[in-house]
Amino acid sequence: MATQETPKHDALVAELKNRFGAKILDVDRSYDDCTLIVDKAGIHDVLAFLKNEHRFDLLLDIAGVDCMNLPKFRERFEVVYMLYSIGDDVRVRLEVPISELDLDVPTATDLWKSANWAEREAFEMFGFNFVGHPCLKRLLTHHEFVGHPLRKDYPIMGGQWCATTSDMTEELNEPR
Amino acid sequence: MANKIDIKEFVPSEAPPRYSARDFDGDVDPKRDDFDEGLTLPDINTTPMFINIGPTHPATHGTFRVYAQLDGETVEKAGVDVGYLHRGFEKIVEIKQYNQIIPYTDRLNYCSGLTNNVAFCKAVERMMGIEVPPRTIAIRVIIMEIQRIMDHMICCGTNIVDIGALTNFWYFYNARDKLNDVLEALTGARLTYTYTRVGGLAWDLPDGWRENVKAAIKEIPSAIKDVRGLVAKNRIFQDRTRGVGQISGENAINFGWTGPCLRASGVDLDLRKVRPYYGYEDLEFDIPIGSNGDVYDRIIVRIEEMHESLKIIHQMIDRVPDGPINVDDKRVTLPPKQKVHTSMEALINHFKLVIDGVQPPPGRIYDATETPNGELGFYIISDGSGHPYRIKVRPPCFYTMNALKFLVEGGMVADIVAILGGLNVIAGELDR
Repeated sequence: MATQETPKHDALVAELKNRFGAKILDVDRSYDDCTLIVDKAGIHDVLAFLKNEHRFDLLLDIAGVDCMNLPKFRERFEVVYMLYSIGDDVRVRLEVPISELDLDVPTATDLWKSANWAEREAFEMFGFNFVGHPCLKRLLTHHEFVGHPLRKDYPIMGGQWCATTSDMTEELNEPR
Repeated sequence: MANKIDIKEFVPSEAPPRYSARDFDGDVDPKRDDFDEGLTLPDINTTPMFINIGPTHPATHGTFRVYAQLDGETVEKAGVDVGYLHRGFEKIVEIKQYNQIIPYTDRLNYCSGLTNNVAFCKAVERMMGIEVPPRTIAIRVIIMEIQRIMDHMICCGTNIVDIGALTNFWYFYNARDKLNDVLEALTGARLTYTYTRVGGLAWDLPDGWRENVKAAIKEIPSAIKDVRGLVAKNRIFQDRTRGVGQISGENAINFGWTGPCLRASGVDLDLRKVRPYYGYEDLEFDIPIGSNGDVYDRIIVRIEEMHESLKIIHQMIDRVPDGPINVDDKRVTLPPKQKVHTSMEALINHFKLVIDGVQPPPGRIYDATETPNGELGFYIISDGSGHPYRIKVRPPCFYTMNALKFLVEGGMVADIVAILGGLNVIAGELDR
């Protein structure tokens, strides 16, 4: 079933494929959504292009995924960006496969301020290293917490005893 | 925002000479008055002071910590720490069945649990290609709008309390209690409702429920009028909220804001209008938009939204069609008990559904709903089994809270409390 969004998605996918070529690994259009699987080497360029040229001004969310137990996957991890363009009313999702051996991901904080906490959460939950992030510290879990709880090899009941107060000088001195 | 305050403004020019213990030992002239020399706060406080607000502070309405560096009463820098209510929602749901996750969604934004229930079921239903019956849609719209009113009442009420006006809170809570009674009659609970199911609702409306709703919402306009009358033109209230915590629409979007906080900054974005679901396109209601993006606008936008939600309830309450409340789909709905005891297929269906749960096809979906706080999104990955492979919640107040540092720096300490209340940050949703 096509929606109003479908032609906009078609145009966007064609333009991105034309411009970035092999950096766009695949396109998934299930559920009338538009998902682009993007190579890690080109993700920052694609994000900047979408923000500056296509008015994707709202970075809704950044989700990490541990694909270890999925029947089919490219790399062990994935970082998923949900973008929304308020002006054009288009949503798009970018999935970036991340190898277990190289967890570096370019940061998106220079494009969207909302990436700040979203990347901190993805960092603590999965261990991605967002290169260039101003303050890559644990956010929701305690600073003494060891491991990355949303990885599939972390036990569900793996609670940890953490008690000391965290020092917040880094957050304090983060640029506004 | 006043950064530096000249103390002279507060000292009358004819002030009597001030004396202190120091003045009387030795040969200091007791009539000396330092305040005539034009001292300002930065001159007196030469070293910055560090204070902790929270994690358990009555004005945070939850557990967050703001670590602030002060110069006098001005916040020079602030660090925000969250996560005190982190319960691992996204981890625990990976071993639960889809219908077992619904009680967990209640605990996300616990001021409007039903909206979260609906948002989650809507996402799973879209994933399975299920269209819920018209009666269910009508009931879901009504309960979502009731919850929107209740959520805004808590937010505005407590925000105004934090600024120092307690009466408004009770005006709102009297009306809110009536709505709570209505929802208790429907769901049996007053906080964590767990009323929806994948493919429908837990049970049908009780007898006379619609009359109860009509009676309950009759009192809301007068409550809103009372509160608005007390605060909107109140000089003290305006001084505390106008121009406080101001953010431009562009900045708010950059911070990922959605919902009433974004609309207070002048951005017209409401998913009920932009991408209507559940027949919102056929309903008549308006979207209140602010212009200044300060605390005042956020409160007034919420108060106005209550009127719009009332309009929706008035339109829907007599239009609830008859019919089933659960979709006729054996993948999600238990067969009637009569059939379970008489037919083998129904018995097996019942067993499989209870033991294996709802099983969406393998795939990924992101589905967003306009909740009282903004866009609540569920990113669900299914591997085809009865348990979700991964659920990522996009909580609206995670991103509003991200901007708190930006909002409070340069303002006064007391403004932190006013700003926090206006953002309506709910710890359960923020920390998950």
